[in-house]
Parts: sequence; C-alpha cells; structure tokens
Amino acid sequence: MLAMNYRGPYRVRADHKPDPVIEHPGDAIVRVTRACICGSDLHLYHGLVPDTRVGHTFGHEFIGVVEEVGASVQNLKVGDKVLVPFNIFCGSCTLCQSELFGNCHNTNAQATAVGAIYGYSHTAGGYDGGQAEYVRVPMADVGPMVIPDDIHDDDAVLLTDALPTGYQAAEMGDIKEGDTVVVFGAGPVGIFAAKSAWLMGAGRVIVVDEIEYRLEFVKRYAQCEIVNFKEVRDMALHIKKMTDWVGADVCIDAVGCEAAGNTMQTITGVYTMMQAGSATVLHWCINSVRKGGNVSIVGVYGPTFNAVPIGNALNKGLTLRMNQASVRRHLPRLIEHIRAGRIDPKQIITHRVPLEEVSDAYHIFSSKLDNCIKTILIPPRANEVRAVKASVQH
Amino acid sequence: METRNDIVSANDQHDGHHAPGEHDGDGHVGHVHGHIAPRRPTREQLQHIQGWGADLDRKDRPGVPMERTPPRFIHVPDSDPVPQEQHVEVLVSTERPGRTPLFGSVQPPSGLSGAIRRLAFKSTENDVRHWLLLLLADRVNMVEGIGEDLAKGKVPNILAEMGIKSELKHNPAGLAKKVAIGAAVVGAACYLMKRRDRNYR
Repeated sequence: MLAMNYRGPYRVRADHKPDPVIEHPGDAIVRVTRACICGSDLHLYHGLVPDTRVGHTFGHEFIGVVEEVGASVQNLKVGDKVLVPFNIFCGSCTLCQSELFGNCHNTNAQATAVGAIYGYSHTAGGYDGGQAEYVRVPMADVGPMVIPDDIHDDDAVLLTDALPTGYQAAEMGDIKEGDTVVVFGAGPVGIFAAKSAWLMGAGRVIVVDEIEYRLEFVKRYAQCEIVNFKEVRDMALHIKKMTDWVGADVCIDAVGCEAAGNTMQTITGVYTMMQAGSATVLHWCINSVRKGGNVSIVGVYGPTFNAVPIGNALNKGLTLRMNQASVRRHLPRLIEHIRAGRIDPKQIITHRVPLEEVSDAYHIFSSKLDNCIKTILIPPRANEVRAVKASVQH
Repeated sequence: METRNDIVSANDQHDGHHAPGEHDGDGHVGHVHGHIAPRRPTREQLQHIQGWGADLDRKDRPGVPMERTPPRFIHVPDSDPVPQEQHVEVLVSTERPGRTPLFGSVQPPSGLSGAIRRLAFKSTENDVRHWLLLLLADRVNMVEGIGEDLAKGKVPNILAEMGIKSELKHNPAGLAKKVAIGAAVVGAACYLMKRRDRNYR
C-alpha cells in the first residue's frame, strides 16, 4: 500500500509498504478515505519527539471504511464508515473506566508517560498511523464510531482530534459566564478552543498568534479579538492592560513545544533541545492569567522537562489543567453542535492534497505557506467503494 | 497594534482616552483607574455570538466531572483484552510490570540505532538519559535510513522529501534567500579555509 514514510527531520515521502494485518482478535483494518496533518505531527516531522523511527507512518486524524475485522469484533462490520479517535484505548482499564480514554494503561508498552496514539512515534506506542491507504485499528469495538449519515466526511475527520481537543481545552479552563479567555495559538486547535469558549459562556475571547492570515481567519470564524504578538512588547503586560490590569480569567495553551516569541526559549527548547520544547506559551499563560485563574494546556511538549515559572503559578493560586483529549466522550455533544449549526468544523480546511504529494503537504503546513490552516491527505483508494457502487447503480 | 473587540468598544461606558481593549500607538491600552475587576458584557451584548452559552451549564459539558464511572459512549468490554501475540521485538518501559495486552509492532529496533534504543530502555522514563539516548538513536536511524535506501539501489531525493517543489511554488523569494544565505556561508567557509592554508605555507 501507499503510505507516508518518515525519513528524518523535515524529510517525509510517500512510499509503498506492506498492508497492515489483523494482529489481535479485536483489531480491524480500515481503508483510509481522509487523513489530516495535525499541528502535533509537526513535532514529529521536526524530529523533536524521542523514539520516532525511520519508516514510521504518521497520522492520528483519519476516517475510513472497515475492510476487515478480527474474530472478536462485534460492533463493527465490513463496509462501515468510521471515524477513529486518535487515542488507542482498551475501554477496560482503570483509566478507561473513568472515561480518561486518552490515558489508557493497556495499549502503550513503551512508555507510561503517555497513552497510545496512532502514528505518533514509539513513545506513543509504536502504531503506524492513518496517512496511508490502510491502517490497523486495535480495539475496534471500543474506539471507532460509525459516522452518522448526516455528518459530512470533512466534519467527521476533524472530530477525531482537532475539534475535541479544542473543546476540551475550553472545558478544562472551567469557563464561567462572562469570563475573559485568552487562547494562545490560532492553529486548528486554537481556533476550535476559541469557538468552544463562546459555547461555554465566555464574555471575551482573545486569540494570540503571529501569523496574520490565521488571525484574520479566527477573528472571522470565531468572532473573537486578535493580538499579533510580534507587535506587542510584552505579552503578559499586554493582556493585563487589555483586562483592566487584572489578567485573563482563563488562558489556553494551544501551541506547545515549538512556540515562537522568545529567542532564548527557542534556542534552548527547539534548536539545542536542552528542554522539552520552547516553554514560551507556558510562561505567557501563567503570567497573563489573573490570580486564582485557570490555565488549560493542550499544546504538546516532550517528555523530559521545561523551565516554567511554577512559583508564580503557586503564588497566584492558579489551577493548571492539561491532558490529551478524551475524544470518544466528546463526540455525542460535538455532533449535536454540528447539527445545530453552532460549529462548522470543515470551514477550517484549506488544502486537499493527494497522499502521493505528502512531502509538499508537510512542507506547506510546516512553513505556513499558501495561507494553510488545515491540510487533508486523500489516499489513492479513498473513493474505491463509491466508484464500485456507482457502477452498479448505472 | 489594533485589537478588534466589537463587544467592548461598542458598549464602552467610560470616558477615558481608550476603551478597554483598545490600543494607542504606543501599545498602551485604555483602562479605568481604580477598577480592580474588568466589566463583563451582558447576555444581550453577546447575543450575536453564534452558539453563545450552549454549554454554559456544566451538565452539558461531557468532561465535567473529569472522571466518570462507569464510562459512557463506548461499548465497555467485559474484561481486559486478551494478550496480543508477539512476533517482533518490542521494547517495554521499565516502569511497567511487563508488556501491555496490546502493543504496536511496526519498525522493531534494528542496527546501531536499535542497540542504542535497547540501552535506553534499561533506564527508567524518570531518568533523562532514557530520552536523550532515544533522541540519539533517532539521529543514527536517520543515517541508517539513507544507507538502507542506497543498499536498495535508491538514491533518496532529499530535496523532494523536504518539499522543495512547494517552496518553489509558494515561496520563491524565500527559497532564493535561503540559497543565497547558504551560498554565502559556503563561500565564506571556503575563503577562510583558503586563507588559513595560505598562512600555513
């Protein structure tokens, strides 16, 4: 099959590799019809995540059609069109029993520091991802969801990660009516976090980034205020001034380990890897939020350590919340929002690229060329079944 | 710097030079002296926001409370998954009692990078050497990958893998700048080396 193939930092290509096979009676094989490139894939692409092996196929945001099921699978059948949450989880461990599906303890042998994620290095379990024609989906009875007929495929693929992560970011901020919410990062997750903040009753939503076209998009899409940090001398001071010198009620980190905005952080966190990524946005969050406020972190950081002003967090009495999104439990409510027209996720998609051109797709997304916000990869066999059905009808 | 806040600026009540959230040319933002809490917009002022307040009630937020037992929305299995059969080498964190019932089996460790990874997995995740060794293994693996390509008779097109085509299409000026900087650095290095050689003669 054709699949994205990681060759080293900043180097990926489309290559042929063996089709995945059923390795466990609970597995399914899914033929991928759409796969997104996620902002967190860029951390892999840039070589920042330990144990990212050459030959690995990325991709944790994908939908597809079930092609084969293992002997014990009962809730899915061949031909079902499914969206697959990015978490690989068992449904039975203590964490899954508490709905913390992103923190499953039964699916990642290689690290306890993170749950298992499709196509996200061996640190996240060593499973190939969905930027391919086919993918192995473990625990097929538990993770995937059959896509309702009235949900567009482009919305469905954004329900696998970007939208639930943005929503959970807002949710972890424990937003109260009238709160001022600052979202750092105008990428897909930040855009959805801003949108979700309104759903939860925010009084002001301010999005911070340096990419002007993304700021203009989020201003229009999420009806929020925007700040370009390149035009601001000090981010925390600026937020204080914008909030009558109190600070924001809630700050959300939707950027993670490759944040720009502080040269020293970039040198120590990205170029020399002396810490697990640039902690610029963590600083901004802790220092911009009001005393007693909430900081919600969904930006991804590496497993070693970061220099953060934890003393300020203590002395200000902050609540810090963070996690990988527990996608499955957010799906019913988010589908209601889509049906009600409160969120139209597919509007953020700017690029559709054949899987064969994955090298260019990654470069465009990584370098933010061509006003790129969200890229979808289309595998060559994405429409195979539909074509067969069409020919039968004729 | 300009921010755009229709809510606040449209409803600004105070008579300062700048509305809250409105900036002057020097980056300063207007505020009301003596106020310690920012004013909050009313529901009427937020009516134009699509979907505002749909999840204001915490009961509508699926992640509140953070932990819920039994779990909703999934088909809960009766027991832990049966163990997956192991056919390739899988490295296991020393912070676990053993392999998990399910595991990824792609790209098993091999070559020099594999040896470094095995060494890394002798330390705990709590030991930073574990992660640094894995990063080292990744870099070694990258060189091994080029070797594998060459061994198969394939010369990797590194520029294509880095997306040079899209750079040329969407950012030709940036590409030209990178080429110029690269050429200048190489030229300067060559000049310095030649000068050093002359000095040694």
